[in-house]
Amino acid sequence: MGLRDMLWRAQTFRHGIHPAEHKDTATLPIERMPFVDEYVLPLSQHTGAPSRPLVVVGQKVRRGEMIAAPDGYISTALHAPVTGTVAAIEVRPHSRGVPSPAIVVRIDPFASQRLEIDADRPTAATTPKELIERVQRAGLVGMGGAAFPSHVKLEVPEGKKARFVILNGCECEPYLTCDHRLMLERADAVITGLRILMRQVGAERGYIGVERNKEDAAAALTAAAVDGGDIDVIRLEVKYPQGAEKMLIDAILHREVPSGKLPIDLEVVVNNVGTAAALADLAATGKPMIERVLTVAGNAVRRPANLLVPVGTLVQQVLDHCGGLRPETRQVILGGPMMGAAQKALDVPVLKGISGILAFTDPVAQIAEEPCIRCGRCLAACPVFLNPSRLALLARAQAADVLAAHHMMDCMECASCSYVCPSNIPLVHLMRLGKAAVRSRKASR
Amino acid sequence: MPYLEIAPAPRVSSGLGTRRLMWEVLVTLIPVVATAAYYFGAAALLLIVATTTATMGTEWLLTRRSGKGSTRLGDGSAALSGILLGLCLPPSTPLWMALLGGAVAIILGKAVWGGLGFNLFNPALVGRAFLQAAFPLALTTWTAPQQGFWTLAPSVLAPPFMRAATDATTTATPLGLAKFAGTFVPPETLILGGIAGSLGETSALVLVLCGLWLGLRRVFDWRLPVATLLTAALFSGVLQLWGDVAPGPLFTLTSGGLLLGAVYMVTDPVTTPLTPRGMWIFGAGVGFLVVLIRTWGGLAEGVMYAILLMNAVTPLINRLTQPRTFGTGMGAK
Repeated sequence: MGLRDMLWRAQTFRHGIHPAEHKDTATLPIERMPFVDEYVLPLSQHTGAPSRPLVVVGQKVRRGEMIAAPDGYISTALHAPVTGTVAAIEVRPHSRGVPSPAIVVRIDPFASQRLEIDADRPTAATTPKELIERVQRAGLVGMGGAAFPSHVKLEVPEGKKARFVILNGCECEPYLTCDHRLMLERADAVITGLRILMRQVGAERGYIGVERNKEDAAAALTAAAVDGGDIDVIRLEVKYPQGAEKMLIDAILHREVPSGKLPIDLEVVVNNVGTAAALADLAATGKPMIERVLTVAGNAVRRPANLLVPVGTLVQQVLDHCGGLRPETRQVILGGPMMGAAQKALDVPVLKGISGILAFTDPVAQIAEEPCIRCGRCLAACPVFLNPSRLALLARAQAADVLAAHHMMDCMECASCSYVCPSNIPLVHLMRLGKAAVRSRKASR
Repeated sequence: MPYLEIAPAPRVSSGLGTRRLMWEVLVTLIPVVATAAYYFGAAALLLIVATTTATMGTEWLLTRRSGKGSTRLGDGSAALSGILLGLCLPPSTPLWMALLGGAVAIILGKAVWGGLGFNLFNPALVGRAFLQAAFPLALTTWTAPQQGFWTLAPSVLAPPFMRAATDATTTATPLGLAKFAGTFVPPETLILGGIAGSLGETSALVLVLCGLWLGLRRVFDWRLPVATLLTAALFSGVLQLWGDVAPGPLFTLTSGGLLLGAVYMVTDPVTTPLTPRGMWIFGAGVGFLVVLIRTWGGLAEGVMYAILLMNAVTPLINRLTQPRTFGTGMGAK
């Protein structure tokens, strides 16, 4: 621990960057995206094994009905976002870049699309084991971006215990405001979800980490959490990547998750605020994960918005709803500008883990890469204290063993190094290559 | 549908580029060069133009066929090395030596290592060290400042490899006076300028202001110059307490090339460590060596050798000060 930490410990992690926030959509209330004709639901839109289809082409499905079942433990279910007919089960474009199998549901224009309250919803009498199974059947995944199946985090492994549940309300990526709006408009649901999580894992305290650029959301959550003193809303410094799991735990509990370990090893469970709200909805009505809030922003979007979008809506349709793209559009990104992936086409569907659609008219900076001048800015930015400058050289050389010895796998690809590099070296890209080299070396052993 | 561009994340960047960093440094050199011209006249400008022409010309010759489609002049590093070399030459240096020193700075100081980013030693100081080794007399002959703008020491225009007419106006630098005559130039003169010495080291005030500007704009890492100056001040302070010959912190900081080196050479990112702890070690090493050489060495000045010596151990410092990865060692608990 450095001298600075002993004298003054702010509510944040060390290192990181301060990109321009661009949270212009923060004042726009969440609006519901109208239904479209057809929904494309890739079987793989979460971390883990793809879901297994339960329906056949031509079959009628009800809104919220399970159409694909989890295939294994690290997998989850998929539901029809509308009442209608299964039009196809075929390979469709996917935002990952590789076309993937998907269930296509065509809407029934005469159906009410009312979501019936599920008699099978979890209640206070539901045991922890039943809730895990129920959450998997509801298709809940982490909504911060990684889309890790949520039920896995609800199970405390044998011999471990969970004393703290932390909800991630940082939303540290520039432009994105969907979590901000969710916390503000649905503070009760977030708190209810947090209480369900705390009871589920047996935690004694709950924390919600909110960056200081969302004071109204923090106030709403504090007001909603008024009964009982077991929930703290923690105001955190505005800094990227504050919302990374390890950084969030460091900021709130001042403890570092050991390299290669998980938060549960520090008796912590971390979830996104959106996931908590989805859990509260599941408990209230039995609603599975068939829609999510996302931010549509960027200077190429005519009418930026925070939208509640059914999963499976095509990106093009969402953008059309927002007034369409300006003709001079040069880039569309799914997710935030730091970690989101640029898309080559807009015929890909919105997935459970997509928190934003950003479109920009200014071209991608085509500045040539310059030689590394060893300024050390990447070291000063890296939140996990790696040496990206050196790792980049090793990654280019594909020196897998040396990379592993230099903690390559601790990189979480937050892209802070690329952001600060004055020589325009694609550092985070090289970090990914380095991690791939280490993985393939491990696999070949 | 519009044609969409694909590129790896992140889309946003700090906007701070290598070229801009170099140009920021170059801009702050304007007042330094102007001060040199004010005190040493046209000779200062001629010498700086000579070294810069030599470094840029050599860089152009060596990089124009590098296969990258363009030369590397645009990054500004050759111009920077040239101006810095000019600033650490005595005002009476013959122009042909300046040209030669500039060429050596780029060839031996940068090109042979693989160009920008790969050199171990500060190119300007490599050029300076070469000149000092090859022409010790010319590089330790000092003329007094403020003799009129157009008054050139006869040696400046001397033809190559010819002995110049003896210069009647030679004098000693404040450090030379302190070391060999035991007399001290008052600090206010050192701070404002108007002392004999290399072109760039004359005014401490200008250098401090430029350093503050660059540091506050985060062009360089503040740790490097702060560690250098702090260590030099502490070490010379300790020496002053125990032995009464030592000049003390204020004189040490404001005399000779220490400030020029601390602001413009210790802060060169390429030849200094990139770890924060490494930067402290590097700066401390320079500060310590400067005082050591000035106090016990055969030379009155020690900044050049102090920085070059620390340049040599920079890879070692980097290796020994690798950051502790998050969640390992002390932090993991």
